[in-house]
Amino acid sequence: MNTAFLRSFLHGVHPPESKHLTAAKAIRRLPFPDELVLPLSQHAGQPARAIVKPGDRVERGDKIADADGWVSSPVHASAAGTVVDIELQPHSSGSYKTAIRIAVEPHSAQIPRPRVIPDWHGLSGDELIEAVRQGGVVGLGGAAFPTHVKLKPPEGRAIERLVLNGCECEPYLTTDHRTMVEYPERVHLGLRIMMRCLGAKRALIGVENNKPDAIEALRRTKPDDLEVEILGLTVKYPQGAEKMLIKALIDREVPEGGLPLDVGVVVQNVASVATIAEVFETGLPLIERIVTVTGPGIRRPENLIVPVGTRIRHLIDACGGLTDDAAEVVLGGPMMGTALGDLDAPVMKGTTGVVVLTEADVRGRVTHPCIRCGRCLEACPVFLNPQLLGSLAGKGRLDAMGDNHLGLCMVCGCCSYVCPSNIPLSQMFGAAKTDLRRKAQRETLRGDAAGANA
Amino acid sequence: MSAESRLLVTAAPHVGSTDSTPRIMWTVVATLLPLLAAGTWFFGPGVLLVVAAAVAGAVLPEHFFGRRGALGDGSAAITGLLLGLTLPPGLPLWMAFVGGAFGIAFGKLVFGGLGQNVFNPALVGRAFLQAAFPVAITTWPAATEEWMTLRGDLFATPLMSAAADTVTAATPLGLMKFEGTGTEVLELFFGQTGGSIGETSALLILVCGAYLALKRYLDWRIPVSVFLTTAVFAGALHLLNPEYPGPLFMLFSGGLVLGAIFMATDMVTSPVTTKGAWIFGAGIGFLVVVIRVWGGLAEGVMYAILLMNALVPFINRVTQPRVFGQRPKEDAS
Repeated sequence: MNTAFLRSFLHGVHPPESKHLTAAKAIRRLPFPDELVLPLSQHAGQPARAIVKPGDRVERGDKIADADGWVSSPVHASAAGTVVDIELQPHSSGSYKTAIRIAVEPHSAQIPRPRVIPDWHGLSGDELIEAVRQGGVVGLGGAAFPTHVKLKPPEGRAIERLVLNGCECEPYLTTDHRTMVEYPERVHLGLRIMMRCLGAKRALIGVENNKPDAIEALRRTKPDDLEVEILGLTVKYPQGAEKMLIKALIDREVPEGGLPLDVGVVVQNVASVATIAEVFETGLPLIERIVTVTGPGIRRPENLIVPVGTRIRHLIDACGGLTDDAAEVVLGGPMMGTALGDLDAPVMKGTTGVVVLTEADVRGRVTHPCIRCGRCLEACPVFLNPQLLGSLAGKGRLDAMGDNHLGLCMVCGCCSYVCPSNIPLSQMFGAAKTDLRRKAQRETLRGDAAGANA
Repeated sequence: MSAESRLLVTAAPHVGSTDSTPRIMWTVVATLLPLLAAGTWFFGPGVLLVVAAAVAGAVLPEHFFGRRGALGDGSAAITGLLLGLTLPPGLPLWMAFVGGAFGIAFGKLVFGGLGQNVFNPALVGRAFLQAAFPVAITTWPAATEEWMTLRGDLFATPLMSAAADTVTAATPLGLMKFEGTGTEVLELFFGQTGGSIGETSALLILVCGAYLALKRYLDWRIPVSVFLTTAVFAGALHLLNPEYPGPLFMLFSGGLVLGAIFMATDMVTSPVTTKGAWIFGAGIGFLVVVIRVWGGLAEGVMYAILLMNALVPFINRVTQPRVFGQRPKEDAS
């Protein structure tokens, strides 16, 4: 079905946007915290390897952990100070992970060590990619996939279009929105650099129509020689998912099990692109980011720019603290974000927001039997049958779930959102996907062992 | 920081829509009440007793043998109400009660309760009554009696032979089938005819159904598909042989409108896929015309829906949606 006239994709849901809390608030810079916690695993792929030891002095922007392999990313000190220890620290994933703790120097001017900023015009594609890699740039939209990997598609794969994701379809979050409004030139510069790396001739920026000021800012600042089209999209969740965005913008479906590459597209989030521009403008690696601290459970919602590694507690305190009826602190948006148990976990490169929900906002805990109303089928953006998958999950039939295309599930939460019986469908699918992946790993290992014994 | 010590940690999504299964069910109950009021207007206050008996029959087994708190979801109340609305205004109360109890016990609880049943429980109850009491369930008091008069033999007791002493009137379908007389379509549309308590006013049922469809509490595709199929099939037959009733008569007589809007759309016993909904409705429309025209019964809506209920698992299986980015069969690895 052609969806170009809708400027959207099929199915999906319309949760209340709730962006008014922070949409019009300019980004505010917080004073440096006393302490920073920089996990070695802030990105998709291999964790970085620490290259400092306790007691070392570091300047703002110094590399403190190096990438371990290609799909990995280095970590930099986001403030000048002294390495205290490299120990387990609370992590936004909910567990504890190794992190470098830095005591921030109280009276430092926090001026980064002088460095040579390469003029990007003179650099080749590979040199640009290396600079992005050394800058520790990862996707800022949440998944934190290392950007340099995306910039280097496999040999022989032509990239026709670069697609920038300015949808920010999760309720509450306004970091991409504020980036587009306050730093539209950076978005265009980053886009230009990315197009050079990829050899892409054309680019599209998709922005949902609930951000008219962002669309206006991007159009107003568009350089005349840049082949980019800025398109407003009908508001719908999960439009920011790569596959949905590609469908909405160019009406093509990424094949099942495939990548955007298979339709000649690379998708990047606008904030990540702005960070690429920053790397070349300031010479600073990715050491700070914009975080929306919002929700009805926070006293003074705001958009903050903070050093990566700042503890979440520090952000919440800066926004007036939790209200008395605060019930859940979510990192990221309320549809796909992770609930935080320990407020001492740090802001990471992929932390888009801190959304504090109250008892009235969180999903009810009473479930009813499935009445086969079919709403989940009409919500699923990848046209799965969550009703069937849910009943298979209830019976523990993992393989049958796989046969029914569970692999396509993005765990976007639409099915759970619409379910009138409050059945945790998406949650079960997330768990089943993990189980299936582990099972596949075990079987590979067993196969290897059998091969070695033969 | 007292709020911090009480923080929840749950899996995403952390928010949900405000609709709930009980809200859907109770809204359906509320939209059935105008039909009950219309039935009372046409056939006198006795119908309230019949419907109350059917509801009591449905609710009691659900309460004692169902999930704990199952009554709260409202689904047993719907079953009782729907069954009551399909009964003749003068049916002995104990029969209505038994019908409701049978429907819930054998149409729903034995399958495992809400969401597990194959057949619409209200229709299971009615099919049981049709088999057990074929005379009583086809005795239609006239709509023309003094309003306050209790029709039929409401207070008959089991094992007593009914002392039927009422003015009866055939239903429009019965007239057509057995005497070859038609009824004005307008009369059918507004409901001033003999028939079951809640089935006579097509207009009112359509209005209530439209409300539910707008709230997305019923799948509009099912009734639309039933009506289209019935109209086209009956129309074609009527063109071939004008002795067969025309499409408008077919649509607005008997329980077709009530069945298509309130029975066939039962979420549990209808397909989950949109394509399946069209097929399901078409099957019902087709069977209704076949039974009415060539079958031994005047009315065929109940059996048409029950037969199509049985096909729902099959329909679901063959109408699975094409998934996003699905590759054509041949190059799937």
